Amino acid sequence: MNKFIIEKGLVMPLDRANVDTDFIIPKQFLKSIKRTGFGVNLFDEHRYLDKGKPDSDNSKRPLNTDFVLNQPRYKDSRVLLARENFGCGSSREHAPWALEDYGFKAILAPSYADIFYNNCFKNGLLPIVLDKSVIAGLFVEVEENEGYQLEVDLSEQVIKKPNGETIAFEVDGFRKHCLLNGLDDIALTLESSEDIGHFEASWRIKAPWYFPAST
Amino acid sequence: MGSQTLYDKIWDAHLVRQRDDGTALIYIDRHLIHEVTSPQAFEGLRIAGRKPWRVDANFATPDHNIPTTKEERDQGLDGIKDPVSKIQVATLDDNCEEFGIFELKMNDPRQGIVHVVGPELGATLPGMTIVCGDSHTSTHGALGALAHGIGTSEVEHVLATQCLLQKKAGNMLVQVNGQLNPGVTAKDIVLAIIGKIGTAGGTGYTIEFGGEAIRALSVEGRMTVCNMAIEAGARAGLIAVDEATLEYIKGRPFAPSGELWDKAANAWKELVSDDDATFDLVVELEAGEIEPQVTWGTSPEMVVPISGSVPNPADESDEAKRASMQLALDYMGLKGGTPIQEIALDCVFIGSCTNSRIEDLRSAAEVVKGKQVADNVELALVVPGSGLVKRQAEAEGLDKIFIAAGLQWREPGCSMCLAMNADQLGEGKHCASTSNRNFEGRQGFGGRTHLVSPAMAAAAAIHGHFVDIRKIS
Ligand code: SF4
Repeated sequence: MNKFIIEKGLVMPLDRANVDTDFIIPKQFLKSIKRTGFGVNLFDEHRYLDKGKPDSDNSKRPLNTDFVLNQPRYKDSRVLLARENFGCGSSREHAPWALEDYGFKAILAPSYADIFYNNCFKNGLLPIVLDKSVIAGLFVEVEENEGYQLEVDLSEQVIKKPNGETIAFEVDGFRKHCLLNGLDDIALTLESSEDIGHFEASWRIKAPWYFPAST
Repeated sequence: MGSQTLYDKIWDAHLVRQRDDGTALIYIDRHLIHEVTSPQAFEGLRIAGRKPWRVDANFATPDHNIPTTKEERDQGLDGIKDPVSKIQVATLDDNCEEFGIFELKMNDPRQGIVHVVGPELGATLPGMTIVCGDSHTSTHGALGALAHGIGTSEVEHVLATQCLLQKKAGNMLVQVNGQLNPGVTAKDIVLAIIGKIGTAGGTGYTIEFGGEAIRALSVEGRMTVCNMAIEAGARAGLIAVDEATLEYIKGRPFAPSGELWDKAANAWKELVSDDDATFDLVVELEAGEIEPQVTWGTSPEMVVPISGSVPNPADESDEAKRASMQLALDYMGLKGGTPIQEIALDCVFIGSCTNSRIEDLRSAAEVVKGKQVADNVELALVVPGSGLVKRQAEAEGLDKIFIAAGLQWREPGCSMCLAMNADQLGEGKHCASTSNRNFEGRQGFGGRTHLVSPAMAAAAAIHGHFVDIRKIS
């Protein structure tokens, strides 16, 4: 996993509540058995005018020029500004894979769906929760200022605006540590192998009905 | 110990380690696997040279991509026309074989939607922690198990460590008092709950569903309710264990038997929230006030009773809400103020892990018996949730009732719930669906989904538009 320390970049506003995982990456792309290459199909149903297929040549597909991602001023954005309940719907990790593969590093929204929020951290993507009114203010600023950039500093837990103002944000200490160091959860958990083994042995005695082999 | 909720009890029993910052290592008893969210996890294991921690905790079956016509199924993997889907299903077979994981392959007579198969075979047991790379894992909470969806990185984590890293969610109680009126079902309860609290209403919580109306539901009905806990934003849905739960499980192939059953059943009786347990949030509904529900928009919270009309954005004071209502209406091709019963339908889908169990099929069959699907309904599918459900339905003659009425009787799978296989809703078409999501494009590119109960979907098939099931039965 890539480390996340400080990321700075253009902000793209996606002005819709309840953006679901089908919106982020439609299901036909979930058929891949790989974990990369989803960026070109991020927001597929809104970004292109036709229906995308896993084997389409995306460079030849008609673009929906009205969709924010296709507007030149938001080209190569790194920070996604979103509304409530972002990422609701399925558990598909293809959603953060697509966002990350496209180049997004951080998301700012008032709230996220639980599984999506979790999945982001596993993929070096930082989902930040900000107050509804702060988000609303940012939508206005981004809209009014072409080339609007934000700097997200995870170690200091602040977002720096172009005018020098800062916005503090909360992040879980353990997740922050993992992101800053690019740590793999599995290796970390396996450091507790002994504890897991002990737990399992006593659980097997307490609740043998969950262990078919021991019946 | 103090008094505890059901969630507290299961959580505490599975706590391996607790970090100071609140992150916990939770032991997982059952890991369910399907073809869509697992390939990258197995690949990760291989790359790191890791093995599954406890092979017999895993249980796999393909469901999302597989075809549902008999002709295609009879051809085995070659019957999967889309080469990408075929690779995904074959990859699951290969991975299970390589790692020694139990799998019900596509044409196993017990195969089906993973959330239908788990409880049906007794692979889902009360008090278990259950995870699956699928958000509707919440279904299994109906049996008093703590069950929720995880992402692919977590699938790999569970395979490798038998544990999940997690922070505990809050305790929420949704209490449904009183009794349902005839014609109103578990599906209507859960849609009414989502309509009331919204799709983010349960965010950050595990919801326990309780109250007289929940207790009165069959275990299958309880699964319908817990299935859609995720649509209410909750991490998991839970229902306390009672006699009905134990009766449902007893004798199922993966459930304990003999002396071990007695011990287990005794322990499971404790799986209820203590009388004086406190919840962080309590929401109450009166069952008697719930009508059959129909969604009109592109989020499950956009739902109204059958006697109602599509709402008018102009009546909404919140600007953001008004905008999203308008977007939904544009997508759905509907106008505010249209009575729900006037929405004409092109398609009917009876299936999905929400409503494809035997009880659902019985209630749909009862409605269509001796009648004919309306002319304007081009496609009406009945897709049983599993091979066992299918066989049971056929033994009861339900297949013949559906076929005689003009509905198609298919092989088990997810089918048009999310249209990853060939069963797709056409662009601009309206579908009465017993599934759980009405997102844009969910059932097919440009398709327009209305979520309803099985009886309501069946009645809509016959009339060609929504009708009030209470008035025709
Ligand atoms: S039936 Fe639908 S909701 Fe259920 S697992 Fe399959 S795709 Fe998901």
